[in-house]
Amino acid sequence: MGIDFLPDKPIYQQLIERIVGDVIRGTLSPGEKLPSVREYAVTVGVNANTMQRVYKELEQMEITETRRGQGSFVTEDVRRIVELRDEMKEQLVSSFIQSVEALGFTASEMISYLQERGGEND
Amino acid sequence: MIELANVSKKYGGRRALAGVSLTLPKGKIIGLVGENGSGKTTMLKLIAGLLTPDGGKVTYEGRPVTRRIASAIAYMPDTDLFYPYFTVAQLFDFYDSQFTDFDLLKATEIAQFLNVSLDSKIKHLSKGNRGRVKIAVTLGREASYYLLDEPFSGLDPMVREDIAKGLIRFTDTETQTVLMSTHELKDVEPLLDEIVVLRSGQIIAREAVDDIRNEYGMDATSWMVSLFREKQ
Repeated sequence: MGIDFLPDKPIYQQLIERIVGDVIRGTLSPGEKLPSVREYAVTVGVNANTMQRVYKELEQMEITETRRGQGSFVTEDVRRIVELRDEMKEQLVSSFIQSVEALGFTASEMISYLQERGGEND
Repeated sequence: MIELANVSKKYGGRRALAGVSLTLPKGKIIGLVGENGSGKTTMLKLIAGLLTPDGGKVTYEGRPVTRRIASAIAYMPDTDLFYPYFTVAQLFDFYDSQFTDFDLLKATEIAQFLNVSLDSKIKHLSKGNRGRVKIAVTLGREASYYLLDEPFSGLDPMVREDIAKGLIRFTDTETQTVLMSTHELKDVEPLLDEIVVLRSGQIIAREAVDDIRNEYGMDATSWMVSLFREKQ
């Protein structure tokens, strides 16, 4: 019901990643208002306690800020969003390197292949 | 708070619950899972004051639970028990006359949210719409505890989703607690804070859903299956 979740990670973490993804992609812009906890919970089909935790952690990560009586907003601090983008890039690349190393590919082999492929797509 | 202390219940010679102890704090949505005949309905009925324990104690805010508890706890059975000749609006009026915490406006809002017409006669409703009406009259009460016996059972995915959304939208997780038995753990898991597992009348596990995923790296359904294998 609502959206599908992966089985091996807590649901609140998957929701944090989903919102962070929306911020990085720009689906949620800096300063944009988020739906209320309950509204968001109903939309994705999760417990309001879970959603509350998601909003709290996003605020601690300085991705959102709560304005008294008005709700939660995406940060207007563009540097934080750039930082977030870099963190995500680093995460993706680390896990990519881990998988290719596990299969015995060398870094230079992969780099030249990526350049070749990237060239085709540009 | 609701507390069960060493509660037992027998039907004739058959043991339905054996020495069950459990506390239900405020503000949680708790799933009650287990095979058919494991004691889920018996447990809900004991808490609702519809059955009396043979041993042990069930208390609400420190006082023993009796039938009068119905004024503080909303119990939704898994059976149809409405007068079929009532319209939905008449059913709401009836509930309003029976329960002081019934909020006619809230019930009407829930019915609207679930797209059920107040003028329909109960007997003319589909099974899915009867399920929607049942949840509307239950959540229409401002109770401190909602006990739901198989709220999703036998309903199609659209109705299940509506009921789940109604549950999120119309209960307040700061002050109200939901305890629901279910066989549809896969669907229901995102709604739950905690899971209580019953087997042959005993509680074999109680865990927070986040902890299950964190510690075992699997969802609640796989965790439950592994639990049952282990104990065999």
